[in-house]
Amino acid sequence: ILCDECGCFCIRRHTHGCGLSQRVSKDRSSKPVNKISAACINHIVHNGGLYKRPFNEAFEETPMLVAVLTYVGYGVLTLFGYLRDFMRQWKIEKCQNATEREEQKDFVPLYQDFENFYNRNLYMRIRDSWNRPICSVPGAKVDMMERVSHDYNWTFTYTGRVIKDIINMGSYNYLGFAQKTGACQEAAAKVLSQYGAGVCSTRQEMGNLDKHEELEKLVARFLGVESAMAYGMGFATNSMNIPALVGKGCLILSDELNHASLVLGARLSGATIRIFKHNNMQSLEKLLKDAIVHGQPRTRRPWKKILILVEGIYSMEGSIVRLPEVIALKKKYKSYLYLDEAHSIGALGPSGRGVVDYFGLNPEDVDVMMGTFTKSFGAAGGYIGGKKELIDYLRTYSHSAAYATSMSPPVVEQIITSVKCIMGEDGTTIGRARVQQLAENTRYFRRRLKEMGFIIYGNEDSPVVPLMLYMPAKIGAFGREMLKRNIGVVVVGFPATPIIESRARFCLSAAHTKEMLDTALKEINEVGDLLQLKYSRRRLVPLLDRPFDETTYEETED
Amino acid sequence: MAAVAAGVGQQWVLVEMVQAFYEAPAYHLILEGILILWIIRLLFSKTYKLQERSDLTLKEKEELIEEWQPEPLVPPVPKDHPALNYNIVSGPPTHIITVNGKECINFASFNFLGLLNNEKVKSAAQASLKKYGVGTCGPRGFYGTFDVHLELEERLAKFMRTEEAIIYSYGFATIASAIPAYSKRGDIVFVDEAACFAIQKGLQASRSNIKLFKHNDMADLERLLKEQESEDQKNPRKARVTRRFIVVEGLYMNTGDICPLPELIKLKYKYKVRIFLEESLSFGVLGAHGRGITEHFGINIDDIDLISANMENSLASIGGFCCGRSFIIDHQRLSGQGYCFSASLPPLLAAAAIEALNIMEDNPGTQMVFKKISGLKVVGESFSPALHLQLEESWGSRENDVKLLKRVVDYCMNSGIALTQARYLEKEEKCLPPPSIRVVITVEQTEQELDRAASLLKEAAQSVLN
Repeated sequence: ILCDECGCFCIRRHTHGCGLSQRVSKDRSSKPVNKISAACINHIVHNGGLYKRPFNEAFEETPMLVAVLTYVGYGVLTLFGYLRDFMRQWKIEKCQNATEREEQKDFVPLYQDFENFYNRNLYMRIRDSWNRPICSVPGAKVDMMERVSHDYNWTFTYTGRVIKDIINMGSYNYLGFAQKTGACQEAAAKVLSQYGAGVCSTRQEMGNLDKHEELEKLVARFLGVESAMAYGMGFATNSMNIPALVGKGCLILSDELNHASLVLGARLSGATIRIFKHNNMQSLEKLLKDAIVHGQPRTRRPWKKILILVEGIYSMEGSIVRLPEVIALKKKYKSYLYLDEAHSIGALGPSGRGVVDYFGLNPEDVDVMMGTFTKSFGAAGGYIGGKKELIDYLRTYSHSAAYATSMSPPVVEQIITSVKCIMGEDGTTIGRARVQQLAENTRYFRRRLKEMGFIIYGNEDSPVVPLMLYMPAKIGAFGREMLKRNIGVVVVGFPATPIIESRARFCLSAAHTKEMLDTALKEINEVGDLLQLKYSRRRLVPLLDRPFDETTYEETED
Repeated sequence: MAAVAAGVGQQWVLVEMVQAFYEAPAYHLILEGILILWIIRLLFSKTYKLQERSDLTLKEKEELIEEWQPEPLVPPVPKDHPALNYNIVSGPPTHIITVNGKECINFASFNFLGLLNNEKVKSAAQASLKKYGVGTCGPRGFYGTFDVHLELEERLAKFMRTEEAIIYSYGFATIASAIPAYSKRGDIVFVDEAACFAIQKGLQASRSNIKLFKHNDMADLERLLKEQESEDQKNPRKARVTRRFIVVEGLYMNTGDICPLPELIKLKYKYKVRIFLEESLSFGVLGAHGRGITEHFGINIDDIDLISANMENSLASIGGFCCGRSFIIDHQRLSGQGYCFSASLPPLLAAAAIEALNIMEDNPGTQMVFKKISGLKVVGESFSPALHLQLEESWGSRENDVKLLKRVVDYCMNSGIALTQARYLEKEEKCLPPPSIRVVITVEQTEQELDRAASLLKEAAQSVLN
């Protein structure tokens, strides 16, 4: 569909394919029209459009009444918190916190009272929504250990019963490789009996097994890069390699909503960090321009290098990075790109090779491709892929290679088998089928939820689906109601999200069948009516009951 | 009645105001008028930037952007860099190890109790693999807590005789996440010079004030504590909220000796400092039952605030744990970065660790002692399982020393003893230890093998150093 505003290819009138406006801005007259059309024309002239496919991302505004009520809710909770603290201090109520030893009572207190205010008074009330213990493989259906609390979540006791067959919408099992039977598990069992579970040494000393070399060659082939290196923990991959790449005198431009591991890695490196607005390319371009033109803050020396840190899929928002634009900017301003594909590897793209595959770009344009094996491959660990010089440098200077134990062999085998399966090299079409199943599940699920009237954040193609709850009480209520109906969901609140934007987050999987999704949707609908969660003011026309057809564009809105 | 009175009162105030207006002097009215106009102007004027930065035109900016050349992302690494070419181990890194195609006796892996190849451990891991698959697909907070994890935490807490334990999925991340959870900006940490790299990274992440004291030198530590005390007296208010910690290791990885824990406890109570103890090497090795340095010295474990260890040495698994009182450990469940933001430990590794712990409890191992070698000095306590062999005197620069030691290592590898040099990141370490060969003594090695290793090293040293 040709957009009547700027003449470029868009799927909806509101979200431009050239990615200039992300939120629905009601007051378009505030932007000079010539600027938009000029930029769009540039995109069409230079590469025939940077985006080869429609990019649909939406973050509906919080309704005013809901925002006010949410603040009121937090206000009431805070007041009650102060009241309870007062009662605990004056011994009217029993204090159930663990306390300091008698012998150490005159030491400086380990925790500030205020630090724990949120913990004691807000988190403690709904603590049962998190840390739920399970006792089966974390596949599409999972068994959970039942636990009860007789003192309002201060302590839990296990009844010994097991709640069986809960539909699991919380585990990061995008391609369904979390299985206890099958080719992957058998291969891992063989390697376990041959090699044992541990390694007891670091990569640079005696811990480099032939299995690790095999894995790294395979991962490099899978990603389409020259070479790759694997590490034992995804979090540590970021926090230990970013300091090896950049140091003092370098600049890091990091997205607002980057993961804690990226933030920690950036901090430990000692470089200057500047933050650009989430997925906002104008903000990034402005920072790049300012950085090159003005140099380092006081000395005005030029920066040694500039590194842009972005993620493939942002797990709390469900948004996908605008990779074609980031790469165009990176090339124009001669900076380096570090792409963290923790959630997007395996989950996006027609052949499951991540966000680069999804946009149809060249993997060599991304300088450092990082990802984890925990989500789509059903194992644990992380990897970095890139040019041979980069990997050679990391082999020598990465903190993890010199000081941390290498990966466990059965875990390595699981990754090797699952990567071969996705690539189709094991002789079956299971991998391809799973990637397609995930894409279909994603589109179907998101579509149905939007039809029901919930506010869903993020991109149409992202398998991470955040459903907005907003009010603090609804966080606990949603989790508990869904568990009563045998569906396990993940709810998140402050501080992982802004204070009024708490949400429930669904992670779809290729292992979910249509029946499971329908059951889940039915229950979500019920709970949504019960808790009044259908805040959306834009209603979509419900899809007629016909088989899912990729070639059909979605109907336009009102 | 009251309303009428109020109405009358209001009217009366209004009349007064109008009267005052007429009676005011002219200059007063003009001044007021100017002030009101000024306020209106300020309300409607645009905000301005404090620093009018660029006098640069658009063209100049574009030229600057054109001209700027960044450094390459990574500098090239010379092909013969000692750390670039890894040894390739085919098959399991057990007592007999195949390195680069040659079969050798393993003196380089931290498999202290020989549990890497233990059949019971492997079958426990297999059972867990059949039940749970490989990965956990989530962090602990979101359906990543398995009953195996809870069981392992309970067993570890029971074994170490503490209230609670918490597991991490990566050994390095254990202490590197534990320290910043408690020590924040403005707090003071006294740490030994020879602390391992993971501790250094934890301290860097915590942004606290770091004070290094000389290795195992209690007098130096006391001096620093006294200095801090006199600082505190100058500013008692700040002192009341500044937390203090001492971070030491049970058995130091870089020097192979133990810390004087009883004196540290005395200093703790005298100066009111908390102690964090890192027991990666001493867990499973020191003490009658392998409980570490507290058992070795017979100290009450509650005197140590936090004990952190990794399960990658004695327990031959992957991951790490912290144990201590609930008051301290529970805090990490919400503020330990490596715990909250990372996937949990794969269940098969947790099951392997539980089985290894059971075996360790039942059979405390015995230690062999390494003998003296001429030409190289043995650094480390006699009962330490991980020793260093350093050159008696340096041959000029560090590079030369490293090359020499490499030749010694190669000689030994060719003759069937697998050794490795201790690897460090030279630019990143705070106090870089001298180059050395790492020798690991395990329970699986026999007397003859130790003798053979010692004589081979003697030969190698003689041939290379002369």
